[in-house]
Amino acid sequence: MTHPISVDYLRWIVLLPLFGAMLNGIPGILIQRRFGKNAISLIACAPVIIAFVLAVRTLLHLLSLEPEQRFLLDRLWTWFDIGGARADIAFLADPLSAVMLLVVTGVGGLIHIYAIGYMHDEESYWRFFAWLNLFTFAMLTLVLGDNLLLMFVGWEGVGLCSYALIGFWYKEWANASAGSKAFIVNRIGDFGFTLGVFLLFWSMQAVGHPTVIFRELAEHAHLLDGQVFWGVGVATLVTLLFFVGATGKSAQIPLYVWLPDAMAGPTPVSALIHAATMVTAGVYMIGRLNFLFSMAPFTLHVVATIGAATALFAATIGTAQNDIKRVLAYSTVSQLGYMFLGMGVAAYGAGIFHLMTHAFFKACLFLGAGSVIHGMSGDQDMRNMGGLKDKMPLTFWTFLVSTIAIAGIPPTSGFFSKDEILWQALSSAHGSPVLWAMGFAAAGLTSFYMFRQVFMTFYGECRADHHVKEHIHESPAVMTYVLAVLALLAALAGVLGVPEALGGANRIEGWFEPVFAGHGAHGGHVAAAAVAHSFWTERFFALLSVGVAAAGFFVAYAMYRIRSFSPDTVAGIWHGRLYRLVYNKYYVDEIYGAVFVNGTLLLTRVCAAFDRYVIDGIVDGSAGVTRFVSWLNGLFDTYVIDGLVNRIADGTTLLGNRFRQLQTGSINGYLYVIVFGVVVIMVARLI
Amino acid sequence: MSIGLPHFLIVSLIVFALGLYCVLTRRNAIGILMGVELILNAANLNYLAFSRFSSGHYDGQVFAIFVIMLAAAEAAIGLAIVLGIYQTFHTIDVEATETLRG
Repeated sequence: MTHPISVDYLRWIVLLPLFGAMLNGIPGILIQRRFGKNAISLIACAPVIIAFVLAVRTLLHLLSLEPEQRFLLDRLWTWFDIGGARADIAFLADPLSAVMLLVVTGVGGLIHIYAIGYMHDEESYWRFFAWLNLFTFAMLTLVLGDNLLLMFVGWEGVGLCSYALIGFWYKEWANASAGSKAFIVNRIGDFGFTLGVFLLFWSMQAVGHPTVIFRELAEHAHLLDGQVFWGVGVATLVTLLFFVGATGKSAQIPLYVWLPDAMAGPTPVSALIHAATMVTAGVYMIGRLNFLFSMAPFTLHVVATIGAATALFAATIGTAQNDIKRVLAYSTVSQLGYMFLGMGVAAYGAGIFHLMTHAFFKACLFLGAGSVIHGMSGDQDMRNMGGLKDKMPLTFWTFLVSTIAIAGIPPTSGFFSKDEILWQALSSAHGSPVLWAMGFAAAGLTSFYMFRQVFMTFYGECRADHHVKEHIHESPAVMTYVLAVLALLAALAGVLGVPEALGGANRIEGWFEPVFAGHGAHGGHVAAAAVAHSFWTERFFALLSVGVAAAGFFVAYAMYRIRSFSPDTVAGIWHGRLYRLVYNKYYVDEIYGAVFVNGTLLLTRVCAAFDRYVIDGIVDGSAGVTRFVSWLNGLFDTYVIDGLVNRIADGTTLLGNRFRQLQTGSINGYLYVIVFGVVVIMVARLI
Repeated sequence: MSIGLPHFLIVSLIVFALGLYCVLTRRNAIGILMGVELILNAANLNYLAFSRFSSGHYDGQVFAIFVIMLAAAEAAIGLAIVLGIYQTFHTIDVEATETLRG
């Protein structure tokens, strides 16, 4: 275990966005009134951009070190230190978090800049940026935190900011309830995460190393081998619980339902939180805890299966959606499934690599969609679009590049990252042909629905009504430049991960080596493969991936561009039952609604009845008893206590009435009495 | 006939009786006060006489001084009360104060 190198600039990466959030969040409305929206933009964007510069510095610092020593630690103070368990407020940068750092600050910074243009007419401009900055802070805490608890702080923080930003336009019921849905579904996952932390800490204590610090966990996790809890291996149980957390945050089956609804938020939010950063937190968490997951083959199997199933399932839904952002939402769910497929076959590097490229092209797609919505005066229905190619050229070209990337067509980044995952799904020790086939089918569908979207939005006749049509215009430069940068990254980021089979060096795998060393299958180096492979088989399967992507493109081209056969014909298969099933998202929301929401409501009604009849009965009964006792008490009071008091008072009055008659007021009378008294006393003395 | 203790006591008795009679019969408030003064002076006469004819103690004379002082105080307070009565009832007839009956 190498000793971390102490640095003191990592803290500023985390804290600067927090300062921005506080400055915009607390006196923000005053700043906006006094200095205008430009001041708000400056306060919001500057910290993120500076954080990006620091992130680049971190990367350069790491590059200047030997691979084994790439571990920077910025320790602020001890958070708590109880009974041998210590947690610090400390930030770590290793090759894994450095990549996440660059994605969060880089893509995040670009989206901040884009939002200046997109949100320009918004009344609560300051509130938007305050939350966006706070989100960046929370995400960076999650990424850089050096222990599980600090990661959990960030994990919850991003959930909160996601909730607040989905419901940003909270005056509409649908937006507010989408925010609540995201939050509640996430809470279910977070519950698993929390239990995972507890169980892990508890088991580590049982083997004599109570710790939550990643570095020490990695060192001692092997002690958990053979430990059993409730008949299940501790490592398996812990990782399964963590994975429950990941399915919530990263929108996997069965907790993916919140992400499509989360599109109710402003588009920059969808791009930043629900495509590029927050939803990848689960993937990152598995990467960070790879040493644990590698100890639990069963969990890896679950992760891979869920990932592949989600990739395929969400991709099929994506083919039938008409809302431009919803297609992208299901696409995000599907792509996240790919990442989990990668993680699940212990190809951690490939999963994180896809996370990075996905951040580029999906952010670009979302922002492109935002630009389209901006031009369409807020309309999101692709059926009303079409022919936007000439009216919004920059948006179109960047969108097209990103579409090619997500479809996995070489030489864009998406091809290299997705192909790497598919290849690992087949060849890794944890992989299997079934997993590969699911991913392969999803790849074809991805290509289909993405090109369907391009054709429906940008080609053909414009189907918008006259009024909207007149207003269609290219977005301002602040938005399109961001699109251009992201498209460039989406196109070129693949060079980092060109596999050896295609003549590259797969630098990204080598870069992750110190983090994932000894825990996963790397780039094809591991001999124990499900399929005996050579570079030629790898090349063959890469060709297959390209083939299926091209097939998806041609089907979309035939259906939506040249219309050699109508989409309605396909929709009509089985009397439209299949189409309706997919169009309605397999009725999952309805099933969840019937089972969980109504189940909960039923439970609440049962509880309410219990409350009304049993609890209230007990309360009412005891109240009745109390009332009876107090009535008795009242009687006693009225007749005994009051009676006594009144009798005494009556006696006193009576006596007083007698005595007052002595008070005649006649001074002579008094004097006679005095003399008489004196005489009586004297006579008494004499006798 | 030498003048002895009995003579003093008889004089004092007469003064006391006159005072008492005055107090009991007068309806004029100031008259009552004057009767009280007579009673007090009769008591003083007793003090002095017993002091003179007992074996050389001066206690009685000291007490007589006290009583004179007390009489002055009594007169001041009594006259103030009489003044109060006069202001309220526009008379100093003590019968008028019978409205204070309980």
